[in-house]
Amino acid sequence: MTRTATGANDGHADVRIPALTVSAVGKDFGGIVALSQVSLDVHDAEIVAIVGDNGAGKSTLIKIIAGAEQPTRGELLIDGNRVELHRPSDARRHGIEVVYQDLALADSQEVSMNMFLGREITRTPLKLLQKRRMRAETTSILAELDVHIPSPRSIVRTLSGGQRQGVAIGRAVHWAGRLVLMDEPTAALGVQETARVEQTISLLRERGQAVLLVSHNLDQVFRLSDRIYVLRRGSVAGHVRTAESSPESAIALITGGQ
Amino acid sequence: MAGRSEVSPDVGTEVTTGVLSPSARSGWSLGRLDPRGAIVYVSLGLLFVVFSILLRNQGFLSQNNLFNIVLQAATIAVMACAYVFVLAAGEIDLSIGSTVALSAMVTAAALQSHGLLFGILAGLGTGLAVGAVNAALVTVAGIPSFLATLATLSIGQGLARSINNLQTLDVSSNAYDTIFGSGAVAGVSTLFIWMVLVAAVAWVAFHSARLGAHVRATGDNRKAAAAVGIRVRRIRASVLIFSSLAAALAGMLYAGRIQSASYTLGETDLLTVIAAVIIGGTSLSGGRGTIPGALAGSVLLAMLNNGLILAGLSVAQQSVALGIIIVLAVILGRDRQASS
Repeated sequence: MTRTATGANDGHADVRIPALTVSAVGKDFGGIVALSQVSLDVHDAEIVAIVGDNGAGKSTLIKIIAGAEQPTRGELLIDGNRVELHRPSDARRHGIEVVYQDLALADSQEVSMNMFLGREITRTPLKLLQKRRMRAETTSILAELDVHIPSPRSIVRTLSGGQRQGVAIGRAVHWAGRLVLMDEPTAALGVQETARVEQTISLLRERGQAVLLVSHNLDQVFRLSDRIYVLRRGSVAGHVRTAESSPESAIALITGGQ
Repeated sequence: MAGRSEVSPDVGTEVTTGVLSPSARSGWSLGRLDPRGAIVYVSLGLLFVVFSILLRNQGFLSQNNLFNIVLQAATIAVMACAYVFVLAAGEIDLSIGSTVALSAMVTAAALQSHGLLFGILAGLGTGLAVGAVNAALVTVAGIPSFLATLATLSIGQGLARSINNLQTLDVSSNAYDTIFGSGAVAGVSTLFIWMVLVAAVAWVAFHSARLGAHVRATGDNRKAAAAVGIRVRRIRASVLIFSSLAAALAGMLYAGRIQSASYTLGETDLLTVIAAVIIGGTSLSGGRGTIPGALAGSVLLAMLNNGLILAGLSVAQQSVALGIIIVLAVILGRDRQASS
């Protein structure tokens, strides 16, 4: 889980090999071009946002990076090495974890079981669950991210939306070797909870995590991200450094107006 | 980078403290027996006290009678343990009653024609076959388990009736009867030993092993379970096979206990098993279950049945009483979050 977090991602970042490189990726569904050609990269300790109107190709791009769809052309590189993601488990194996807006958690289970869902710590030969260890690790993972829950044994259903998304992000960060992909992580949350989750996302950069954030919420994108890629009609219509741009110019890029 | 300072650090504490209480309670020391599940143990204790007082002259407390209650609970408990997996995985199996009858009939027929070992294998094989058909219908053909097992219920009933033209078959193998139900090892009934064995395996597998965690996750949120790599099809198939195997074993135990097999065996067991499991605290909508609760539920229903018989109620009246008990149990055990 440790990686070199140089934090130097202003101007000189391009020298390093990106955690994720999307290279001229396109996707056709039958005769329809969903994604014509998209290239982007994400470095460690960096939050890169993808914005775009409905139908711009965001969800197709997410699915390709998550391993749920295969690109028709182009390639994905992790740490500069070409990878083939035929299914979501391939993406996970390469260290890509996805946080969905609809909170892919098992609500009736306790937090620690969700944290280790599908990757439980067990003792062979009977594959007995090491519940105590999983709870202890859950506590420390969430404490590091400043996500407050009553107990690792709390049933997820009893948590607030923000706490749940905190758990989902904690899980993604814990298992993501290379990249956390967030698909509208606060779309289902209220104002306060959104603020809380945004704090958690900011913390990821400080920890050296590479984060790709897909969001409709431009204010959020400008609060959180280091760079922004604007998608329009399946291509990158613009790529800006957040600090040097403004929501107004981003909107212009999104809508295609000048 | 701009504007991140807008996020005030104290927002988080406000959010977290607001929802502390319900979850803090659910983290009590006997985690697997959550508070809703405690109802069954209290009810069991209360029922025992009430019957002990009201039915003291009918011999409720006699050793023989208490023994009978446990033995009656045993076959139901065997099925209930497997059924916890089924419900927790978000499935249902309506075919267990006919599987009981079918396996008993097949076992009896095979015992008569080919002897002990073949009889046992044929009985368990029947369970495996029914379970495999159910599993294939659900996971390969994509038919909801409610409909798939409704169909196999009907098929199983038909087969059980046709095996000996509605006639009862004798189970006259002493060895078989000893192993499956009538006999005893070191003074302990083999029926009871079977129940303990099944319950112990189910308890560990459901509460302590990875299998149980994957079953609960599958029933809780199938999409999320699949997204993290849990093989949900395999889980759904497995629970249906467990349930059919347990029903087959129960049929074999009935046959051993009464030393004969009939197509009517297990006819009313589906309702009793579901009631025992639900009363025990397992969620009908998946994601949660408890083996000890299912065991207590089985004993509770057997005790109730026994008490009502001692009290002189007819079979018809008992049936009404069972229905009422189920409704009460479901209301008391209802998920508070779901109703709010």
